[in-house]
Amino acid sequence: MRRKLYLLLGLLLVASMVLAACGSKSSSSSGATSGNAKTVTVTIGFTQSKTGKYNEESTRQSDGLDLWIKQVNDKGGIKLGDGTVVKFKTVSYDDESSGDKVQQLYTRLITQDKADFLISPYSSGLTASAAIISEQYGKIMMATGAASDSIFSKGYERVYQLYTPASHYLTGAVDLLKSLDPNVKKVAFVYENSKFSTAVVKAAKEYAAQQGYNVVMFEGYDKGTTDFGAFINKIQDSGAEAVMGGGHFQDGSTLARQLYEKKLDIKYLALLVAPPDPSFGDLGDAALGVVGPSQWEASANYSPESAKAAGLTWFGPTSADFVKAYKAAYNEDPDYHSAGGYAAGLVLQKAIEDAGSIDAAKVKAALDKMDILTFFGHIKFNTTDAHGLQIGHSMIYIQWQKKDGKLVKEVVWPKEGATAAPLYPLKH
Amino acid sequence: MIDALLRSLIDGLLLGFVYGIAAMGLTLIWGVMNVINLSHGSLIALGMFSVYYLFIGLGIHPYVALVLTAFIGLIFGIIIYFIAVHRVINAPELSTLLATYAVNMMILGVGTAVFTTTPRNIPLELGSIQFGSTVITTTRLIAALVATLVAVGLFLFLKYSRPGRYIRAVTDNRDAAEIVGVPSAQVLALTFGLGTLLAAISGGLIATFFPFTILAGESYELKSFVIGVLGGLGNPVGSLFGGLILGVIEGLVPMAMPTTWTPVLEFVLFVLILLVKPNGLFGGEE
Repeated sequence: MRRKLYLLLGLLLVASMVLAACGSKSSSSSGATSGNAKTVTVTIGFTQSKTGKYNEESTRQSDGLDLWIKQVNDKGGIKLGDGTVVKFKTVSYDDESSGDKVQQLYTRLITQDKADFLISPYSSGLTASAAIISEQYGKIMMATGAASDSIFSKGYERVYQLYTPASHYLTGAVDLLKSLDPNVKKVAFVYENSKFSTAVVKAAKEYAAQQGYNVVMFEGYDKGTTDFGAFINKIQDSGAEAVMGGGHFQDGSTLARQLYEKKLDIKYLALLVAPPDPSFGDLGDAALGVVGPSQWEASANYSPESAKAAGLTWFGPTSADFVKAYKAAYNEDPDYHSAGGYAAGLVLQKAIEDAGSIDAAKVKAALDKMDILTFFGHIKFNTTDAHGLQIGHSMIYIQWQKKDGKLVKEVVWPKEGATAAPLYPLKH
Repeated sequence: MIDALLRSLIDGLLLGFVYGIAAMGLTLIWGVMNVINLSHGSLIALGMFSVYYLFIGLGIHPYVALVLTAFIGLIFGIIIYFIAVHRVINAPELSTLLATYAVNMMILGVGTAVFTTTPRNIPLELGSIQFGSTVITTTRLIAALVATLVAVGLFLFLKYSRPGRYIRAVTDNRDAAEIVGVPSAQVLALTFGLGTLLAAISGGLIATFFPFTILAGESYELKSFVIGVLGGLGNPVGSLFGGLILGVIEGLVPMAMPTTWTPVLEFVLFVLILLVKPNGLFGGEE
C-alpha cells in the first residue's frame, strides 16, 4: 500500500516538472532559449467590434492586422541586432462597439493577458476610451481607425496615430469642389453627432468658409438615425448645391440611398467613411458620383521610388503586394480600414527593428523618430504640442463611377494620384 | 417654404400610417386584455427579420413575405399568450407587465446572439414618384397603402366577424361574455395573436425602407406608446390617427428646429395628454 503511494507521489512529481517545463516554454513574452538564438513572443492586444455598428469597419481592420502578424511570423519573425528573434501573437475580444466594454477589455488585456503592445479598437470614440487605459498602464498603443484630433491633445505620451487626423478629412473635398465648379457657393453640412464626424465637419466648415463658401445648413443627426426624410427636405429647402458630411458606414450609406430615392437636386455629394467601403457599391445607382475621403486606396501610387524622390526611407510591402496577399487570405479587396490595420502592425515592426529591442521606452523613442514612407503613405508623428498625432499622412478622394456598366471606385483627388476625371455634376 | 412644408407633411403622413399600425397592435392588446405588452418592440424587430430572411434566404418577394410574416406573427403571438401571459392574466397588471418584459428580454437575448447587432438592409429598389418638387419613395407609398388596408381589415374584422364580436364582448365585460358562452381564453389568445400580427406587419413594412437591427424595435415601441396615448389606449382606430399625428410632428418639427428636438416634443406631448386628457384625444369622457 505504502509502495503504491510512493509510486503515485513520484509520478505526480515527474508530471508536475514536465508541466512546469512546458509552461515556461509557452508563456508569452518571456524568452525561451534554444542554442544561441533567443525567441521572444510578443503579445499584441486589441479589441474588435464583432458586433454592433462598427462591425464592418472593425472586421476589416483586424483582418489587416492579422495578415501582418501572419506574414511576419511566417518569415520567421523579426531578427534584432543581438540575435533575438521576435515573434507575435494576438489576444483580442469583442468590444460590441461599446466604450464601456473597451475600457474593461483593455484593462484585462494589460493585466491578465500581459499584452506587450496594444492596437486601438476601431473608431475615435472607442480609441479615446482605450487610450485612457493604455496610458494609465504606460503601454504603447498604435491608434488606427481613429482620426479624431482631440485624443492627442490630452498629453498622452504613448498613443500613436496612423490615420490623417479628422481636421484634414474633408478639406480636400472642398478643394475638389472648388476646382470642379467655381460657381457653386451654397454648401450644406449634414453629419452624425459623434466625436469623429463632428470634429471633421467643424474643421471642414471653417475651411469652406475661408474658401468663400456660404454654409447654408449645418446640422447633426443622432447616432443610429435611419430616417433622413426631414434632413433631405431641409437640404432641399436651404437651396444647397453641394452636400458634405455623413458619419460612419451605416448612416452614410442610408443617407446616400435616401438622397437618391428623393431625387434631390444637388451637384456634389461628399460623405465620410461610407463611400470608400467596397460594399457602398451595393447601393447601385445611388452610389454613382458620390465622393469620399479615403485614408488609403489600392491604386495609390506609393513606392520605393517615390520614397527616394521625397527623401524618405521606404519600409514594408508595396500596395500591389499587400493587395495580393490580402485577397489571397480573405478573398475580397482590402479597403483603407484593412490597410490601416496592417499598417499599425507594420509601423510597430519598424519601431521594434529600429529600437533593436522590445523594451517599451526604446520602442517609444523609435516611434518618436519615425519618418518613413510605406504602402499606406507617409508616417510621421507629432512629438511636441500634440504628441502622437499623425502629421505625415494625407487623404485621397475617391468617387464611384461607371465603367463598362459596372460601378467602380476611382481616385479623383489629389490630381497627381487621380485614376480618372471627376464625374460632375451629380445626377440623381 | 410652402413646398418644403408640403413635402415634410407628405413624408410624415406616409410614415404615420405605419406607426399607426404598430401602435394599433399595442393598444388592441391593452384595450381587450388590460396587458401592457412590453415585448411589442422586439416583436416589431422580429417582423423585420422575418421579411428579411424570407427575401434574402428564400428569395420570396418582400410583399409576399409580409403576408407570411403576418401569419407567423399571429401564430407566434398565440404561442406567447399561452406560455407567458395566460397564467397571469387575472393577476394584477404588474405581473403581466413583467411577463411580457421577460418575453422581450428573451427575444432580444436570443436575437442578439443569432442575428448579432449588425444593421441589415432589404435591397428593394422600386424607385420613386414625382409630383412637382415632391418626390415620394415608392416603398413608403406602398407601406402606407398596406397599413391602411390592414387598418380597415381590422376594423371590419372587429365589427362584423364572429371572433371580432367576441373580442369586443370580452373588452366590454369579460365575465358577462363568459356567462353567455364566449370562450374567453381563446378570444384573449386570438387578441394577443392579432396584436403580434400588427407588430410584425409594421416591422416588415419599415424594413423595406429603413435599415434595422434586432434592437430597432425599441424606438417604434416608444412611438407606439405615445400614439396609443394620443389616440386613446384601447382604441385601435384612434391609434391610426395618433400615428398620423406623430408622423406629421416628425415631418414638420425638423423644419423649424434641429431634428434632435423631435423626440423631446413628442414626449412633452405624451405627458401633456396624460395630464389633460388621459383617455386620449379620441377617447370619451370617463
